[in-house]
Amino acid sequence: MRRLRRSMLFVPGNNPGMIRDAYIYGSDSIMFDLEDSVSIHEKDAARFLVYNALTTIDYGDKELVVRINDLGSGLGLADLEAIVRARPDVIRLPKTDSAEDVLQCEREIARIEREAGIPLGQTGMMAAIETANGVLHAYEIATSSKRLIGIALGAEDYVTDLKTVRSDGTELFFARNMILNAARAAQIDAVDTVFSDVNDEEGFLAEARLIKQLGFNGKSVLNPRQIAPLHAVFMPSEKDLAKARAVVEALEEAKQRGSGVASLNGKMIDKPVAMRAQYLIELAEAGKPATMGEGV
Amino acid sequence: MQIRTSALAGTMESSDIMVRIEPSDAEGIELALESSVIQQYGKQIEKVMRQALSELGVTSARVSAVDKGALDCTVRARVLCAAYRAAERDDFTWEVGV
Repeated sequence: MRRLRRSMLFVPGNNPGMIRDAYIYGSDSIMFDLEDSVSIHEKDAARFLVYNALTTIDYGDKELVVRINDLGSGLGLADLEAIVRARPDVIRLPKTDSAEDVLQCEREIARIEREAGIPLGQTGMMAAIETANGVLHAYEIATSSKRLIGIALGAEDYVTDLKTVRSDGTELFFARNMILNAARAAQIDAVDTVFSDVNDEEGFLAEARLIKQLGFNGKSVLNPRQIAPLHAVFMPSEKDLAKARAVVEALEEAKQRGSGVASLNGKMIDKPVAMRAQYLIELAEAGKPATMGEGV
Repeated sequence: MQIRTSALAGTMESSDIMVRIEPSDAEGIELALESSVIQQYGKQIEKVMRQALSELGVTSARVSAVDKGALDCTVRARVLCAAYRAAERDDFTWEVGV
């Protein structure tokens, strides 16, 4: 089963309480942040804390992501030296403007993997696109490295770069579509930006529905309260699920008959329909715990 | 590792521990710990702190800590950070995790 990335929970890297509790909220991925949520004077402390948490705490099957500082800041390389050795699933690179940004980071990760005796290529990468320049290079970024599991939109810096502010999402329409299309063309995941006003539940839900309809895999979230509603948005309806199950059953039946062609209600099931049905069932399976009190 | 100056790491927030490490004229680690869970976990916290300092080769220091219910990995992270700050060094050797 593919890994779902409906929700990626930001956890400030210098907050031991949140680092300890991060796995209980039910997000698909946990993203420990060494960048914007950590003051410049505490970068070393956050590095020690996240490294020791990752090498000690059992987060079960959660995908573990660490957002490092960009290499140009003078902090990113020290982050990589520590974090690659702590062996998270994914390193998230902020402020990615070009393929070279990804490749530069990849070269350092590969060097550290070799020095540390970690299987080459084991550390995944994710690139956050946060500028107009980055958006225009989205496809080049998305296809730059086999380590990339996805690309993400970082909207706060992006809207500043555009000389606007966040509103109903109109200002993000181009960036979202560029990033989504680039990710799909590269066959990797697309993760939407955070919704900052954690008290605006209606606004959050409207944005979640929008990005799901556009085709995003999920969103980054700032507050654990946003996880359950977000997963609910991604939960298929009973009607869609019943249809998906019927498609999968018909495919299974055709397979057992030794037939390469499956049909349902007189219509042939083609590959995209089969893939969508399978994805819906995976979403529904993943959504089950949410109905049993997951999230807060 | 030689402790050259007084340095702090950590906060007074819940689940954290604030560690101060200072140079000492005497040999040995002089450790003072305050914790809301000192009866249950005092010995364990002290053990983790001494272990981390020993790994760094710190043989002389005055260490004081105020614990707010930190996990062992947090205690370790804060001691290592405070020690490196107090030693005015940043060349920590990161071991590979499992």
